Amino acid sequence: MCCPLLPAGPAMARCWAGLWARAAWAKGRFVLGGPARAGDLRRASGAARAGAHWLYTREHYAVRESLRKIIDKDINPFVDKWEEEGQFPAHKIFKILGQAGFLGVNKPTEYGGMGLDFSYSIAVAEELGNIRCGGVPMAIGVQTDMATPALTRFGSDELKREFLVPTIAGDVVACLGVSEPGAGSDVASVHIAKKIDKMGMRSSDTAQIFFEDVRVPSKYLIGEEGMGFTYQMLQFQEERLWAVANILAPMENVIQETIDYTRQRKIYNQPILHNQTVHFRLAELATEVELLHSLLYQTVALYLKGNDVTKFASMAKLKAGRLARELTDSCLQFWGGMGFTNEVLVSRLYRDSRLLSIGAGADEVMLSIICKYMGTLP
Amino acid sequence: MAALRALVGVKRVIDYAVKVRVRPDGGGVVTDGVKHSMNPFCEIALEEAVRLRERNLLQEVVVVSCGPPQCQETIRTALAMGADRGVHVEIPAPEYEHFGPLQVAKILAALAKREGVSLVLLGKQAIDDDCNQTGQMTAALLDWPQGTFASALALAGDQLTVEREIDGGLENIRLRLPALVTADLRLNEPRYATLPNIMKAKKKKIEVLKASDLGVDLSSRLGVQRVEEPPQRQAGLKVETVEDLVGKLKEGGLV
Repeated sequence: MCCPLLPAGPAMARCWAGLWARAAWAKGRFVLGGPARAGDLRRASGAARAGAHWLYTREHYAVRESLRKIIDKDINPFVDKWEEEGQFPAHKIFKILGQAGFLGVNKPTEYGGMGLDFSYSIAVAEELGNIRCGGVPMAIGVQTDMATPALTRFGSDELKREFLVPTIAGDVVACLGVSEPGAGSDVASVHIAKKIDKMGMRSSDTAQIFFEDVRVPSKYLIGEEGMGFTYQMLQFQEERLWAVANILAPMENVIQETIDYTRQRKIYNQPILHNQTVHFRLAELATEVELLHSLLYQTVALYLKGNDVTKFASMAKLKAGRLARELTDSCLQFWGGMGFTNEVLVSRLYRDSRLLSIGAGADEVMLSIICKYMGTLP
Repeated sequence: MAALRALVGVKRVIDYAVKVRVRPDGGGVVTDGVKHSMNPFCEIALEEAVRLRERNLLQEVVVVSCGPPQCQETIRTALAMGADRGVHVEIPAPEYEHFGPLQVAKILAALAKREGVSLVLLGKQAIDDDCNQTGQMTAALLDWPQGTFASALALAGDQLTVEREIDGGLENIRLRLPALVTADLRLNEPRYATLPNIMKAKKKKIEVLKASDLGVDLSSRLGVQRVEEPPQRQAGLKVETVEDLVGKLKEGGLV
């Protein structure tokens, strides 16, 4: 069962950087590195705790702590700016992550990967949830677990040396293109249409790319022609579990920030948090987040043992997308007018997390899969 | 040339980003369930040692931490950053209450002699107690020269050149090994523990010792009487004109 861990420590309010903080850190980490007190208990490692978590070992926690430092220093301080600009410096960030070894966690060591098992990919996915937007983790997830698995499994050695090695090193930025033959009628052979203006995930730029009369030498074909969808399908479960792991920390962070805000925001002379509808609702949401944690770890553990986890992964993905919407919606309500501004995390996550019910397998697809396993699909 | 080895002290402290709370019994601050990390100045000292080893100016970097069992996490982080092996001097809870710079200094001095190191690198101070004493005391106990508040370090043979940040600016001194250095903020920027190194650190050794194994007596002549929060900041007062300001200052007997 999921981690008993320590009794809930004293609720810690927002933190303020110490006076001594080094200039770069002060500038960097001062900007809300993602509190997640409750999450920290689960995450903050310890000789006491290693062994208490049934999926994560001490090494997993060490990996997460190291990644957290990169997030706190090189990513979070700039997220607001990137969201406004509608893009982030992917080459720079991926190089930092690549050098630290975070882009090839479960990839083969012959190509620069770490050769670790999927539980480490999940640990990384979970920690990336502390980035204060959805766009950047999504881009990293595409690099590590969407654009590369088929290449790793079915690509030739030559292809892997040319493309997988630099992807793991962070020297190139990978993207995923889902092709639709017959779409577009532009003159140029490879044409990038104008950037799409999206509701959320604003720091990740998305556009339509048109390929017309583009010649692709056959050696660049991964595996067999026509098998593209099948290859992608083989790693759907990993992709979905990754997405679930990645949404947990944002949800916990939103709950904690909502608690902090409503504790000090007063209406009719009392904190909003004191209204039973508020603290009871937060308790409900926290319960559901915990349940999702359990399902995730259970599913990953079964997957590592070689089981077919399609049903559980689909359930987890379905729940994650829906819970993220309910949770951000409820919390945004408690933030009142402030929640409606673009100056707070809750509204950004409200927009960003909406994609989860759509991408990597829409809710309706998840439901169909579950029905298939339940034998109820007509 | 004889192998040069370094001892680096790393302290486990409450993470800088945590809002510290006083314990209800007024005897200290809340540490249970609170996030802890390696003291940032210790990280800087460690980074410097690892860089010296990477340039083959040192043969081995040994890290040491004194305290409860959780200190081993801090040691493991140090191993993941590039230290070669670790020593955990386990201090049981009751003795940890009055465990301060003098006790640490005695342990470090004993360990430095036992390990036969020529260089001891420490952070200039810990962010929990801000004592800025351990380095100086350790050097005195060892009767070694010291370069404190180092913002730059150069090692050539057995000559150590240290640039120190002092009140009036920068001071450059030359020390002959064996010597002790305490690291200041601008000495370097510590590396991230990379995944390959985190995995390699699993195989590195941590030796667990008791203070008595080093012949150190932990008794202290200091005791904590009371810990309390600073007084709540009072609201200020706004005035419209300079005359009003001067008037208020005079009223308050401040001018």
